[in-house]
Amino acid sequence: MSEIQNTTNHADLAEVFNNDEARVDWHDETLWWIRSKRDVAVNKINNWEELRETASQIKHNVLSNLSNYLQQFESNALSNGIIVHWAADAKEHNQIVLSILRKHSIGQMVKSKSMLTEECHLNDFLEENGINVIDSDLGERIVQLAKEMPSHIVLPCIHKKKEEIGELFHQHLGTPAGNADPQFLTETARQHLRDTFLTRRAALTGVNFAIAETGEFVVCTNEGNADMGAHLADVHIASMGIEKIIPERKHLGVFLRLLTRSATGQPITTYSSHFKRPNKGKEMHIIIVDNGRSIQLGREAFRNSLKCIRCGACMNTCPVYRRSGGHSYHNAISGPIGSILAPNLDMEKYADLPFASTLCGSCTNVCPVKIDIHQQLYKWRQVIVKNGYVPAAKTASMKIMDWTLSSPTAYHTAGKAGRMVLKYAPFMVNNKLNPWYKHRDMPEPPKESFGEWYKKNRK
Amino acid sequence: MTSREKILSAVKTNQPELTTLPDVDFLLQEDVDISEKFIAALTAIGGQVIAVENHAGIKAFIAENFEQPSRKITTVSQLGDVAEYIGDNSANPHSLENVDYAIIEAGLAVAENGAIWVSEDKIRIRVLPFITQHLAVIVSQKDIVPTMHYAYNKIGSTDYGFATFIAGPSKTADIEQSLVLGAHGSRSMTIFLMS
Repeated sequence: MSEIQNTTNHADLAEVFNNDEARVDWHDETLWWIRSKRDVAVNKINNWEELRETASQIKHNVLSNLSNYLQQFESNALSNGIIVHWAADAKEHNQIVLSILRKHSIGQMVKSKSMLTEECHLNDFLEENGINVIDSDLGERIVQLAKEMPSHIVLPCIHKKKEEIGELFHQHLGTPAGNADPQFLTETARQHLRDTFLTRRAALTGVNFAIAETGEFVVCTNEGNADMGAHLADVHIASMGIEKIIPERKHLGVFLRLLTRSATGQPITTYSSHFKRPNKGKEMHIIIVDNGRSIQLGREAFRNSLKCIRCGACMNTCPVYRRSGGHSYHNAISGPIGSILAPNLDMEKYADLPFASTLCGSCTNVCPVKIDIHQQLYKWRQVIVKNGYVPAAKTASMKIMDWTLSSPTAYHTAGKAGRMVLKYAPFMVNNKLNPWYKHRDMPEPPKESFGEWYKKNRK
Repeated sequence: MTSREKILSAVKTNQPELTTLPDVDFLLQEDVDISEKFIAALTAIGGQVIAVENHAGIKAFIAENFEQPSRKITTVSQLGDVAEYIGDNSANPHSLENVDYAIIEAGLAVAENGAIWVSEDKIRIRVLPFITQHLAVIVSQKDIVPTMHYAYNKIGSTDYGFATFIAGPSKTADIEQSLVLGAHGSRSMTIFLMS
């Protein structure tokens, strides 16, 4: 949203986040706590791995037959009385939303969580066109008041301390200064948004799953905000990416078991609502959006990223995400999954993201649909380098590394020099100019390399 | 070319070779003590379970616990004498703005996560279970199934305009991960478990 976030890279933004070390530690621990809750929930399911494998295979089948499923979904939705729109890109999606609102002379809309509309920058577009939009998910409302983007797909304001939220509410909703009690602030939002739900004639929701077999779609929330908005409005607009399709209703059994256990460790969201037909006298619209997804589908190495069900488990477990914050990814979807989705949209702008990873593979291990996230990050690096989108400094150091690793003499000399420096002149590396020294100490150097040891001991 | 044609043709060109859809029926695995598991799951997510034998038991509980004066709505005809009865879907959803208690009947309940399933014919007005301050749901012990797979097996191809799983009171933990019950939907959820 802000210019800074669009014009810089992950390392610089992470550095800003890292200025406040106490906050970084808190952010890190909070997300790890959620990851631990996930583990507890997952360990209660005896066939978890079979469930993941099944989900992954269902999604694979979806991708392999997507054109048919989309048409099947469309035709069933139409016969259910839902109006179906197709949007090739973000711009067209936003135009469709605007035209629906204009048709009904609606100037105010309430919205529940939809990462797709974040991806399309819908709010900004509608505001520019004189439409007032209120986000109704508490976390999204908070970042909206703060004029920020969500920093996490499931926990939009996980980067914010309650005192900051208290201050925002004080400024915008008139709560007493200094009150940062979560219970009190949530109650305030409940009252304030209840009035919004009751007075908006249009509501927009996301879509978690769209079922080809029946033409219905499912929206999951804990707060009940999607339902409050949709059932009280005259017009319900649901925005979905083409990859949200699942073949049959019974497959929801698989995905609803996986989604929240992976996300927060809950057994299921409070509400899993199935919308099949508009209410009498009301309108229900579905906007099916491509926005680069069909291109990703054609990239063999990266198409599995379209299996994502947006649980956020890869973010909660990621050592880089936890210590750099969601905003450092300067993309609507942050973390490991965002880093493999974003370069598809704009390889140059997001060239930094696949490098924002240690490739430890933890994301891949927790992914409920078994996306090979860390392998895709590694593959994106190669594609990005081949396309010439790598920062000059990285290219230079890679070239030196290449030369060092391909020459045994250079390799041994470099190793020796490194050990000497760490032993006799540690200040040469233990200083702020060395990025590897930030937030960690360099290790004790070994007295000799394995090569040297082997030479002495091989008799 | 319309966007629809453009998208469908790009998808068709780029989609991988067709793979088979896996069978999911093997995930139907019998379980024991499912009533106990349902109660444990629902309690863990902030709901409460009251065991009752019949509708008279529910009326007694309502009289004792649902304080007056309050607006109570029910979609269960047997409770028509203790709450406003809604028998069809003609009411304006906005007219439910001030409902304190809603008592509805579930189609089925799921042991593994404490969720209950209701479709439009059980709630009559779609917004009812969300807009009410407090929600009470009657569940027959025989309608509890072990997992979501059984739930969808039972739902099958039933037709509905709207249906939902509800698991506990509405909640949020968006402020520093502090769990608060009563976000935008009901503040509490009571299950009347009928034997």
